Amino acid sequence: MNPRLTRNELLRRGAAGGALLAFPSLLAACGGGSGGSGDGGEVKDVLNFSNWTLYIDTDKPTTRQTFTEKTGIKVNYFEDINSNAEYFGKIQGPLSQGQSIDRDIIVLTDNERYLGLTLDKGWVEELDKDLIPNIENLIDAQKSPPFDPDRKYTLPWQSGMTGIAWNEDLTGPVTSITQLFEDPKLKGKITVLNGMADANGLVMLDNGDDPAVVTDETWKSSIDRVQAAVDSGQIRRFTGNDYAQPLAKGDLAAAIAWSGDIYQLQSSNNKLRWALPEKGGMIWTDNMLIPTGGSSPTASTYMNYVYDPEVAARIAAYVAYVPPVKGVKEILAKTAPELAKDPLVFPDDEVLSLTHQFDPAALNNETYNEEWQKVLGA
Amino acid sequence: MSFFHRHRWATPYLLLLPGILWLALFFLAPLGFLGYQSLESGSYATGYEFDWAFSNYWEAISDYHTQFVRSFVYAGLATIAALLISYPLVYWIAFRAGRWKNVFLVLIVAPLFVTYLVRTLAWLNILADQGPVVGFLRDIHVLGPDGRLLATTFAVVAGITYNFLPFMALPLYVSLEQIDPRLLEAAKDLYASSFQAFLRVTLPLSAPGIVAGTLLTFIPAAGDFINAQLLGTPRQYMVGNVIQSKFLELIDYPAAASLSFLLMALILLGLLVYARAVGTERLTG
Repeated sequence: MNPRLTRNELLRRGAAGGALLAFPSLLAACGGGSGGSGDGGEVKDVLNFSNWTLYIDTDKPTTRQTFTEKTGIKVNYFEDINSNAEYFGKIQGPLSQGQSIDRDIIVLTDNERYLGLTLDKGWVEELDKDLIPNIENLIDAQKSPPFDPDRKYTLPWQSGMTGIAWNEDLTGPVTSITQLFEDPKLKGKITVLNGMADANGLVMLDNGDDPAVVTDETWKSSIDRVQAAVDSGQIRRFTGNDYAQPLAKGDLAAAIAWSGDIYQLQSSNNKLRWALPEKGGMIWTDNMLIPTGGSSPTASTYMNYVYDPEVAARIAAYVAYVPPVKGVKEILAKTAPELAKDPLVFPDDEVLSLTHQFDPAALNNETYNEEWQKVLGA
Repeated sequence: MSFFHRHRWATPYLLLLPGILWLALFFLAPLGFLGYQSLESGSYATGYEFDWAFSNYWEAISDYHTQFVRSFVYAGLATIAALLISYPLVYWIAFRAGRWKNVFLVLIVAPLFVTYLVRTLAWLNILADQGPVVGFLRDIHVLGPDGRLLATTFAVVAGITYNFLPFMALPLYVSLEQIDPRLLEAAKDLYASSFQAFLRVTLPLSAPGIVAGTLLTFIPAAGDFINAQLLGTPRQYMVGNVIQSKFLELIDYPAAASLSFLLMALILLGLLVYARAVGTERLTG
């Protein structure tokens, strides 16, 4: 298992111990390190970057190493984000007290409430756009999202899709939620993502409902179906990124999973498959932002670097998610022609017609969130 | 110097002072704050306000009584299992291991050198569906061809038992080690069989160890959530998992605080009943 998860879980364990309930600021101390120095105007020589697992290139020389060579800025890369809820829970204590979390960039997803919450609460530093001339390479579709219309605080890292992955050693193709939740051969061998939109989006589509317009009825029938699959023992666990290893190892036969993860895992287990369910899947975008206390000039310098199409192409070639940078497809057409033609990396009309976004109002619905948490087991 | 001479009565209190300050700062103050928080109402978005919201406690019981019961059942099973495993083990170490005693004691403590979490993660591999243990159990038909250990109640209770075993074994060892072997000889002289001698002499003399061991195992086990989270499914989640998610994921502090308080109260209550049943002199040895 990933050693970062260890640290992550440890913090959770320590925090839930009770004493920290009284001192949220102690969480900040657990983060270690020197503590950020606010939005000082200078580029620093270290960048602290928190991201999800399986989300950046690791073949040497990595894009991070090239960045350090070019700028002299060392990148401390932490793969300590496993789910939006978990990570937000960890950082909101210090941020709400105006303390730094010792990170210059963190990555949150637009299909959960936490990205919007972080922005609404003002726990972010503004991007230094003078240092990001490459922002002109941002694809048009991402230029003006509802949560940050002028892209003052956020830039997309990658987009991706939520679908179903399976291990060919253990099962044939799993092409629908009905099959995933009801096939007795899969009993106890599947996991479901713990994100409200990831899971319920797929279930709603399977129900024939539109996840972009959630009503109390469609919500209820979706979570009831998930609950039934928990009660029957079909669902083994709810996961963040941590479905990856058990699926590759064969403890799981199938999982609700993210597109690029499976592409990367295929290099170690070529029996893994991923597809959008027949009735459709979800699409989302992960956004980089600078949490309060992070160094905006340093973070902006790095963002400018990854918005260079050459660099974005190197990352895309490795992670196989949907890059938000113009010009990447043309470069990949030369360096990795297979990938340039892959509709899951550069969605064509057919894929786009199959992918949906989740109702933002439902994401912020307090009752839905509580009910979903109860389905998750708590 | 003269100050202490004149105020002799103050000396014990002065000696107690660091401990009291420590407790006040790191136990009583957070506890008070937790109690205060448990009576707040509101939501994360709008903020929480103190208004004597005793309904939090009622909701905690009505919504999560299953997880409370489960916590105590799992902790109880794990405590019994740990006692049954460690008693013969440390009995042998105390009376038969001779010069190897210390080596075996170190072996019991050795897992504690590794982080709690890593120890639990190791069980993920040991019990893996494609792993050797499950494979063997399937071969001898203890498990069906599709049977598994991970993500079952068995895995969670086994994980808790394993993780808290040293806390059972060490106090037991201390109480067994202190038994004067001449008492056993005397029992034999009085025509007691080995079994009778064990029942009448060894077992009663090791009672303080049993009591201390069960407490040290049961109390942390009841609040555990790592084992249920990593080795179980939502159907095995304990009250610790609920508190964890309320506190860190839903950011519902009042609910998390009232659940924590209830858990503490229930453990304390159990402790009182237990102390009454076994007699307080056994708690202190």
